[in-house]
Amino acid sequence: MEGFLQALAAGLLIGAVYGLMCVGLGLIFGVMRVINFAHGDFMMLGMYVAFYLFTAAGVQAVFGNVVGPFVAILLAGPVLAVFGYFVHRTLISHVSGTRTASLEGEGHYAQLILTLGIALILQNGGLIVFGSVLASIRTPLSSSAWELGLTSDISVFINKARGIDAIVSLVTMTLLSLLITRSRTGKSLRAAADNPTAATYMGIDVDRAHRVAFALGCGITAIAGGLLATNYPFHPFVGLEYVIVMYAGVVLGGMGSIIGAFWGGMTIGLVQQMSTLILPTQLQNAAIFVVFLLIIFFRPQGFFGRMVERT
Amino acid sequence: MPRFRSLLPAIIFTIVYAVVSLSVTNSYYQLVLTLVPVWAVFGLSWNLLSGYTGLISFGHAAFFGIGAYTTALGQIYFDLSPWLLIPIAAMLGGIAGVLIGFPTFRLQGHYFALAMLAYPLAILYVFEWLGFQEVTLPMKRDAPIAYMQFGDPRIYTLVALAIMLATIILTRIIEQSRFGMALLAIKQNEAAAEAAGINTLAWKLRAITLSGAIAAAIGAFYAQVLLVVTPQSVFGMLVSAQALTVAMFGGVGTVWGPVIGSVILIPLAEILHAEAGDRFPGIQGVIFGFAIICVILVAPEGLFWKLRDLLRKRFAKTTTAPTPAASHALQPTAATVTPLPLARKRAATSEIVLEVRNLSRSFGGLKAVQNVSFTLHKNEILGIIGPNGAGKTTLFNLLNGFLRPDGGEVLIGGRNMSGERPHTICEAGIGRTFQVMRPFLRMSISDNVIVGAYVRAKTEDEARKLAADAIARVGLSDVADRVAGELSTKELRLMELARALAGQPRILLLDETLAGLGHGEADEVVAVIQQLARDGITIAIIEHTMQAMVRLVDSFVVLDHGAVITEGEPEVVTRDNRVIEAYLGKKWVAHAPH
Repeated sequence: MEGFLQALAAGLLIGAVYGLMCVGLGLIFGVMRVINFAHGDFMMLGMYVAFYLFTAAGVQAVFGNVVGPFVAILLAGPVLAVFGYFVHRTLISHVSGTRTASLEGEGHYAQLILTLGIALILQNGGLIVFGSVLASIRTPLSSSAWELGLTSDISVFINKARGIDAIVSLVTMTLLSLLITRSRTGKSLRAAADNPTAATYMGIDVDRAHRVAFALGCGITAIAGGLLATNYPFHPFVGLEYVIVMYAGVVLGGMGSIIGAFWGGMTIGLVQQMSTLILPTQLQNAAIFVVFLLIIFFRPQGFFGRMVERT
Repeated sequence: MPRFRSLLPAIIFTIVYAVVSLSVTNSYYQLVLTLVPVWAVFGLSWNLLSGYTGLISFGHAAFFGIGAYTTALGQIYFDLSPWLLIPIAAMLGGIAGVLIGFPTFRLQGHYFALAMLAYPLAILYVFEWLGFQEVTLPMKRDAPIAYMQFGDPRIYTLVALAIMLATIILTRIIEQSRFGMALLAIKQNEAAAEAAGINTLAWKLRAITLSGAIAAAIGAFYAQVLLVVTPQSVFGMLVSAQALTVAMFGGVGTVWGPVIGSVILIPLAEILHAEAGDRFPGIQGVIFGFAIICVILVAPEGLFWKLRDLLRKRFAKTTTAPTPAASHALQPTAATVTPLPLARKRAATSEIVLEVRNLSRSFGGLKAVQNVSFTLHKNEILGIIGPNGAGKTTLFNLLNGFLRPDGGEVLIGGRNMSGERPHTICEAGIGRTFQVMRPFLRMSISDNVIVGAYVRAKTEDEARKLAADAIARVGLSDVADRVAGELSTKELRLMELARALAGQPRILLLDETLAGLGHGEADEVVAVIQQLARDGITIAIIEHTMQAMVRLVDSFVVLDHGAVITEGEPEVVTRDNRVIEAYLGKKWVAHAPH
């Protein structure tokens, strides 16, 4: 029982961060219909940016070991957003958006391959620049816990860093959904997502909306990555492990739904932590892949919209 | 012999490569020379599935790794020779192909790609968990040849070349057979392929089985060359990416693509890795990444096609002058068929070829087709009319198997075929065309039509003959060699008609075949359809304009809101108040002539 509650708590905490990570990808997919294969690697980059902001750029010196990491993580978001903006502008816009509106299948084909190329460069370039040594953003909070005594003999430990991670993640998520539902930019994003052609006729710059979505998506995922890095050591190839989690979450939540992506990520986090109760730890990642496959099999094409093709 | 001719470049290339490699003594360069054909074969196996069918596999490492571990573990635990283990690996790879393909082919587009990605990565963790982190092949000093451990590294290159040549020949044979045609048709328009009688699932499964077998065989050989296997090096992402990269870079959907890609990229990456690998670990991956990005932005189909297009353009420039005859030849096709001015009264025989009983289908709350029943007599032309959204196309989709009915029966020649797959229904003698045309755009007219002929033809020659006949019947013989993408709407409509005809159907379902045609053009197509009816084919045709139909059909079925509102001879139906109401609204009923 205690083990179960502990796994549940761990699942909810990690799930909140996975949720945010999935929201980043879900935003890109929802607005642009682009499969960004390199999204995990953008996240990896976000982790390193947060890491270097913390250790090398003076954040640690100014804010100290407890607050510092979270400041660095929140700063990494905008940095990656700018990076994402330029990657979209220089590369992705060539194979997406209004340019490929006419060729449905062909567009996706090119996007998959192009982002695969970006992923390879980021992973291996990361290896060259950052080296293969495991890095992590350590705070004293990572190794201390709150104890929640539920009954006299059952108590659940909550890692302080993970607890704060989950809170930061929820706050970011709330701000993002306010941005999307309330602001003018958010409305143009949703219009561009819903019907790019109609949005164009209404005077919305769809390509700009795509760039904004891509930048936002990268920034959000970078923050999620930084939060993960407070507890999990990372390396240049870490993106590959998470990109599957992201897609599983986005697909599970229903492609295109941003809040859905959050709950999808949450579910994956729970599944992953619960699987530790029955599976050896090395198979945890394999379990995620299996869950991912089950999800795509048992929620067939439906989540990508039209089931019936007009003949 | 034409087949040998087409293989000649491959054979010459292999021989030249062998001669060059024999003169290299440095063992590192020799290894690179061995790896080029190895990755070329892996690229070819990827190409066989993804290049020809258009279903991108991000997980070919699954097969490669299975092969590699087969040789490694087979030698360690069973002491088998790699000469035996490589064929066994191929078999296991083929089985893995079926096991992976069967569930995964239900997915489309990027779902397929993402699902494929998950397989090798899941297997990777399982192998790590099983404790096969690093498996070294045992040395066999007493019988090196029997265990494929050659003292002279050049022999590995020769073996790799032999495998490559065999794979090229196999790919070539497939390309020129109905197998290749079926795959290309699937890539360009899966629904049309299925309706033309191609069992798409069966062909895709054959492709992934063969592709998996080749990938596993070459993976097995790769392990033998390197003598060390780790999960990352055979199941890793970079392995899958390598297959895709060499094929994409060199050219998708051609035997030469993976070979060209491999010859350029592998030495480049390997040498960079050797020269700068200690300072820049991962330089290989960066090179591959740049290679794919450049290709996608500059030559999305790969080098081979880009070069071919460039050469063709240059060639075309020098030979444009003497071709006015060609443009002249395009004109007169239509004149050969003279339209008949009047609807003929063909005594429809009493034999029923198609009977539809109480067919229903709804989408959520929308009853798209409800309790539709009608019969189609031999030699009849039946017009199915109704306003937009009446359920006409849905009815056809139910008849030819694109959709499963919720209830009701479709009796073809007395046998209930409702719920069967489209290719089975095509085989039973129903051909169809599409409202929104579905040509195989990159194929010539005759190839388009040949795809339709396979359902009846046993041999290539027979298919070609059936296709030529069908093309002649619709009057497209003069333009038969042109690519479908260049045709006018009328020619495409006729081409679809020919593709349906090539399967020698008893019944043709024509979905708005006259839509988008000018007056004169519509008359030509009408004439072709009338001639087909005279030749003994039974036809059901959908239109929502009544004008052209009144002259063409023997009887009408009128649909509105998914249900039959009336049926009968044209003269009667056009005066029916319910029909006028359905088309024009209630207030026009009063104005109708009685």
